Amino acid sequence: MRLLKKKKISTGDVFIYSFLTLFGITTVYPFLNIIAVSLTTYENYVRKPWMIWPGKFIFSAYKAILSNNFILSAYFNTIFITAVGAAISVLLTIMTAYPLSRKHMKYRNVILTFIVITMLFYGGMIPTYLLVQKLGLTDTLWALILPTAINAYYTILMKNFFNSIPESIEESAKIDGANDIYILFKIMVPLALPAIATFALFYAVLQWNSFYSAVIYITDRKKWTLQLLLREVIVEANVAQVGNMPDEISRLPQSMKMATVVVTTFPILILYPFVQKYFVKGVMVGAVKQ
Amino acid sequence: MHLTLRRNFSTNGGLRKNSFLAEIIKNKYLYLLVLPGVIFFVLFYYVPMYGIIIAFKDYSLVKGIFGSPFIGIDHFKELFSSKEFFSVLRNSLLISFYRLLAGFPAPIIIALIFNEVRKMAFKRVVQTVIYIPHFISWVIVTGIVMSILSTNDGIVNIVLKSMGQQPINFLTEPAYFKGIVVFSYIWKEAGWGTIIYLAALSVIDVQLYEAAIVDGANRFKQLIHVTLPGIKGTIIIMLILQLGYILDNSFEQIFLLINPLTYSVGDVLETFVYRAGLMELKFDYATAVGLFKSVVGLILILSSNFIARKFGEEGIY
Repeated sequence: MRLLKKKKISTGDVFIYSFLTLFGITTVYPFLNIIAVSLTTYENYVRKPWMIWPGKFIFSAYKAILSNNFILSAYFNTIFITAVGAAISVLLTIMTAYPLSRKHMKYRNVILTFIVITMLFYGGMIPTYLLVQKLGLTDTLWALILPTAINAYYTILMKNFFNSIPESIEESAKIDGANDIYILFKIMVPLALPAIATFALFYAVLQWNSFYSAVIYITDRKKWTLQLLLREVIVEANVAQVGNMPDEISRLPQSMKMATVVVTTFPILILYPFVQKYFVKGVMVGAVKQ
Repeated sequence: MHLTLRRNFSTNGGLRKNSFLAEIIKNKYLYLLVLPGVIFFVLFYYVPMYGIIIAFKDYSLVKGIFGSPFIGIDHFKELFSSKEFFSVLRNSLLISFYRLLAGFPAPIIIALIFNEVRKMAFKRVVQTVIYIPHFISWVIVTGIVMSILSTNDGIVNIVLKSMGQQPINFLTEPAYFKGIVVFSYIWKEAGWGTIIYLAALSVIDVQLYEAAIVDGANRFKQLIHVTLPGIKGTIIIMLILQLGYILDNSFEQIFLLINPLTYSVGDVLETFVYRAGLMELKFDYATAVGLFKSVVGLILILSSNFIARKFGEEGIY
C-alpha cells in the first residue's frame, strides 16, 4: 500500500469510490431484484420490473415450490452430489497430493508430470462420454461425481501446501515409528485443516453448480439436479413442466421463476459470508508462488 | 564366459529392476496413497485419450472401437470442407477473442482501482460483494440475463416501451450475442479475478513508491512506473493461462445462451461437438472436431509458455 500524502479529497478519489460503488451495486442489484420479484404479483412486476422492494408480498410462489415433489427431489439430488462429491474429491485429492509433496519419493515428479499433462490435453467430450457409458454410469448421479472427482489444479495447490509444512514434523513422527498413512491422516491433515476445508468448499461449489455433466449424462427426470431444473424453468421459460402446480401459478410466471432461482442459490449465498475468506485464502495459496 | 551376477544392493550397483522395487517398498505407503489418484487419471483422462482414435474410424457402437474400420483422415476432410465447421470455428475464435479483450483487462483495472482505496471498511465490503457472482452457476447468470433482456417481460424492454421505443429481441438477434456473452462473463468473473492481482499488488516494495514520490512522480506516474511493472509477472502468467485455455470453458455459458436463431454467431466448437456427437450420434465425426480443438489448445498453451519464458518469466510448469 502507498503512503498517505494529502488529506483532501482529490478528483481521483471521487472517481475511485464512485466507480467501485457502481460496480458493487451492479453486482448486488440483480439479486435484490430477483428476491423482490419472487415475492410479488405479476401485475406488480410489469408495473415496476426493476423493483428491489416488493411492496405487495405474496408467498404463493414459495409455497408452491416447497410442496412440489419434483423440486424437492432435485434438491435432494443436488445435496447428494455436493456432499458425497466434495467428500470423495477432498479425500482423493489429499491422498494424491501428500505423497507428491514428499521429497524422498523418487517417482513423484513422474506422477506429477503425468497429472499435469491432463491439464494440457483433453481427450474430449465424446470419448469421455463413451467411457462413462461403458462403465455403466450414464444416467446415474455417480456420473456427476466420479469423472470429475479430482481436480488437477487443486491437487497441485494442495501439494504446495503440504510442502510448506516443516519437514521436522514428518521426521520426528518417523522416528517415533509412524508410517506415512498415519502421518498423513493423524498429523498432517489436522495441521492442514483450514486449507483442506477451503478445498472442500471449492469442490462443493463446483458440485452444486455442475451443469455440464448433468446435461450430458442425465436423462431420467427423477435424477435431475437443481441446475437442470433451473435451466428448464428459467432458460426455457417452462414453468408448467415442473408439473403439479396449483392454478394460480400460471398467473405468477415471473415470481415462480425467480423463486426457483432463490431456492437454488440461497444455500450458497447464506454460507458465502462465513466462508468467503477461506475462498480468498485458497486462491492466495496458489498466488503466493509468484 | 563368466556370468556377472548382480546382487540386491541398495547402492547404485543394483539392477534397475531391483531399485524400482526397492523404491516402491521403501515408500510403499506413499505409493499406496497415490494409487487411487493415479487410477483416476488413467481412467478418466488417459483412457479417453485412447478413445480419440475413433476420430480416424468409421465408428459403430455395435462394432466397438476395435471392430470399427479405420478410415484415416476422412472425417477431417469432411470437416475442413464443411462451411458449418468454419462458421463454428470462427465463432469460437471470435467469442474467445472478445471475451479475452474485454475480460482480461477488467479484473486488472478493477484491482488497480481497489489498490488506491484507503478506507479498509469500504474495500472489504465491496470485495465481498463483487466475489459473489463467481459462485453462482451459469444457469442462474443466464437466467438473470434472459430475464432482463426478455422481449415482453424484461426490464430493458419495458423501459424501452415506456420511452416509446420498439422492444428489441436481444436474445434472438445475432448482433447482440457477443456483447451479451462478454458482459455476462465480466459480471460473473471480473470481481473474483481481482484476487490474484490484489495479491500481486500487495507485495510491491513500498520503497519503490517512496523513491518515485521523491522523484516527484504523481499518482498516475507512480502507476505507470512502479505499479504496473510490479505486477508485470502476474499479468503475463495470467495471460498465458487464459490463452492456453482460450477455447475452453465456453460450453455452459454458450450452450445456455444460444438458440437456433443465433447459431450462426453463437455455435462454438464445444456446442457443435455436443450436438453432432450426443444429439445426432455422429460419435466419430464429433470426436474429430474435439481432437482438433484439443490439439489447437495444446499448441496454444505450449507456445504461450514458450513465449513467456523468452520474456524471462517462469512458465506454468
